[in-house]
Amino acid sequence: MKYIDEFRDGELARGIAAQIAREIRPDRRYQFMEFCGGHTHAISRYGITDLLPPQIKLIHGPGCPVCVLPIGRVDLAIRLALEHKVWLATYGDCLRVPASDGLSLLKAKARGAKVAMVYSAADALDLARRQPEAQVVFFAIGFETTTPPTALVIRKAAAEGITNFSVVCNHVLTPSAITSILESPEVRQLGTVPLDGFIGPAHVSTVIGSRPYEHFAQEYAKPVVIAGFEPLDVMQAILMLVRQVNDGRAEVENEFTRAVTRDGNLKAQALVSEVFELRRSFEWRGLGEVPYSALQIRGEYAAFDAEKKFALETRKVLDNKACECGAILRGVKHPRDCRIFGTVCTPENPIGSCMVSSEGACAAHYTYGRFREIAVQAA
Amino acid sequence: MNAPIKPGYVRPLDLKHGRIDMTHGGGGRAMKQLIEQLFASAFDNEWLAQGNDMARVVLPPGRVVMATDSHVITPLFFPGGDIGCLSVHGTVNDVAMAGAVPVYLAAGFILEEGFPLASLKRIVDSMARAAREANVAIVTGDTKVVEQGKGDGVFITTTGIGVVEDGFVIGGERARAGDAILLSGFIGDHGMTIMSTRESLAFGADLQSDTAALHGLVAAMLDPVREAMRGDASRGIHVLRDPTRGGLATTLNEIAGQSGVGMLIEESAIPVRPQVEAACEFLGLDPLYVANEGKLVAFVAAEDADRVLVAMRGHPLGRDAARIGTVTEAPHHFVQMATRFGGRRVVDWLTGEQLPRIC
Repeated sequence: MKYIDEFRDGELARGIAAQIAREIRPDRRYQFMEFCGGHTHAISRYGITDLLPPQIKLIHGPGCPVCVLPIGRVDLAIRLALEHKVWLATYGDCLRVPASDGLSLLKAKARGAKVAMVYSAADALDLARRQPEAQVVFFAIGFETTTPPTALVIRKAAAEGITNFSVVCNHVLTPSAITSILESPEVRQLGTVPLDGFIGPAHVSTVIGSRPYEHFAQEYAKPVVIAGFEPLDVMQAILMLVRQVNDGRAEVENEFTRAVTRDGNLKAQALVSEVFELRRSFEWRGLGEVPYSALQIRGEYAAFDAEKKFALETRKVLDNKACECGAILRGVKHPRDCRIFGTVCTPENPIGSCMVSSEGACAAHYTYGRFREIAVQAA
Repeated sequence: MNAPIKPGYVRPLDLKHGRIDMTHGGGGRAMKQLIEQLFASAFDNEWLAQGNDMARVVLPPGRVVMATDSHVITPLFFPGGDIGCLSVHGTVNDVAMAGAVPVYLAAGFILEEGFPLASLKRIVDSMARAAREANVAIVTGDTKVVEQGKGDGVFITTTGIGVVEDGFVIGGERARAGDAILLSGFIGDHGMTIMSTRESLAFGADLQSDTAALHGLVAAMLDPVREAMRGDASRGIHVLRDPTRGGLATTLNEIAGQSGVGMLIEESAIPVRPQVEAACEFLGLDPLYVANEGKLVAFVAAEDADRVLVAMRGHPLGRDAARIGTVTEAPHHFVQMATRFGGRRVVDWLTGEQLPRIC
C-alpha cells in the first residue's frame, strides 16, 4: 500500500534499531511512556520491542479512550438504553466495556436494549434522521481526535432543527492526563515510575498541535517526541528521545511532521470551542477525578446534551478490587503484575477496561506479547 | 355424455411479483406448489421427483463423511455470489476438508413471510448451478415459513454427504511439528466484500467474494501424494481446513489446539490483495481475522510440501497458493508470526467480533 508500506519497512527498521543500539549509553536505562493506545497497538502488533535493546523500556500510558472510561459512565449509557428506551449509538470498541451487574452494552443489547454500532458521529445523526419517532443518543468518547466530529454533528443537528438526537459527551483531554501522570506521587515524589520522556500522541496532535506539550518539556523537564502510529514512526521517535536524554535536553520534537504542526488544526479547535466547554472535573479510570480534564456541551447546545435532556446522573462505581487497571494506566504496574491477568480477566471476559480495547495495555499484552514470558521451544 | 375430469386449475406461482406468505409453510397445496415449481424444478433429480420426505441413495465405496452448515448472511446477494451458492459451497467444502468427494446434499430453508419469490428463485437457481458445477445432487429438503420480522429473508441449512478413501485420515488433530503450512490464495476477499456492501460503510471496493467449491482443488492436491499416503500414514496431507468465519488466524489456532502444536508463520508470505489491505487499514481490522469462502489451509508432511504446492498452483483455485509457515513444538500452542517489520507476535484467537478501533 502506497504511503503505508514505506512506514513499515523492515529494512529501515533494522537500520534505526542499529542506530539506537549505537547511541544508547550502556550504563543507563531509558524509560519512555507511549501515551496513546495507537502506539501501544503498533508496538505490540509489529513486535517493536524485539528490535530494541534491553535498556529501553516502554511504559503504556492512559491514552486509550475506552480504557479510561469509568464504569459509572458505561452504566449511564446502559440505563439510557434499557430504561429510557433510546437508540444508543456508539463506537464498536465501547460495546464490550464491562459495567456494573455483569452488563456491557453488548449484553444489554441481548436483553432488548437498542444499541447501534456506528463508525462515525455522522452515522449516529443519520440514524436519528432515519428514525424521527425514536430518540437517538450518541455516546461520544475519545480524546481530541474524535471531538471535532462530535462537535460537527451537534452543530448540524441544531442547524437542521433535529429534536430526537442528543449526545452523552465523554470527550477527554490529553494534556490534562499527562499532567495528572506527571503530578502523581509515583512519578514526582516516590520515583517508582522513572519517566525519561514521552512518545507524544499522533492523531490527537494533528488537532491540538505540538504547542500544548511545550509546557511539559519546560515545567517537568521531560522530552516529548510526537510520533505517527506507524512502526517506523515509533522507532524514529525512540531514537530522538534517546538523543534528547543523552544530550540532557527536554524539548518538544515532532517526528510526525507529515501531519502535525505547532498550532494544529485551528478550524477544528474553533469548532470544538464553539460547541464544548471545560468540565470542572471528570473521573478517569485509573487516574481518578482529574480537574478540567474533559469537555461538556455548552449551554447554547443544551438541547443536545443527553445528560440534561434525560436528567442523568453519573453514579460512582468502584473498580473490581483485584483489578490493577488503575496502576497499569499510570505506568506503575505491568499487566503481568496483575493477579487476575489472563486467568479471571481475559479479552473474552474482561474485568478491567485495559483488557477491552485492542489498544488497552492488557489486551495488547495478552494478544501479542504474552508469549515472551513463556519459553517456547523452537522446532 | 362422460366429460373427462379436468384437473383442478392451479394458478402458477407469480415469480415476478409474488411473495412468500404463511401458506407456503402450511403443508397444503401452496407449499406443494412452491416445492414443485421452485425447488424440485431447479434442483431437478430423480430423488426429488419421487416426492418423498427422504432420499434413498447409493454411495460409492469408502468411508462416509458428513457435515452440516447453516447460512445467514446480509446482504443475501453480494459481488461474487449470494446465499444460494454460498450454502452449497460451505457444506461441500466442509466435506472436502476430510479429503472426501462430496456426493449428496440436503437443504433446509427458513423463509420469512413477505420475502419476494423473485429473490427466492434467484437464490434457488444459484444453488442449483453451484450444485451442478460441484457435481453434487440436492436430494432432499425442507421448507418452513416464519412470520415477518422473525427471520432475515432466508436462512439456509445444508447437510452434505461424501466419501473418502479408506485409510485416509485428514483432520485437525493431525498436524505435526515440521509440517509445512500451505495456503491456497488471497485472504479476506469474502469478508471485506460483505463489509463493503453494508449500508453504514459502503466503501466502493473493487472486490468480490471468493466463494467456491474446493473439492476439485483437494483432489488435485491429493493426486501427487495419494500413493505415498496409502503406503505410509505419516506422508502427504495431514490437515485441511477452510478458514471461513474468524479467518486464517482462527483456523490456525483451532488446529494448534487440536493437534497440540505451535506454529510460526511469515507475514510476508501471506497473500493479501491491496484492496483488502487498504479496507482493513482504514477500518482498523486485521485481514488475518477476515472471513474467506473459497480458500483452504493444508498441513503437509515436509517432504511432500513442494509437490502439493505445485499441484495447488496448477489448479485455478490454487493459483496464488503459498507456503506460509511451519508447525513447531510449543507446549502452549501459540501461533506466532514473524512480522514484515522484523519482530514477532502472537496471532491469537479472535475476541468476540472483530470491531473497528476508535483512533
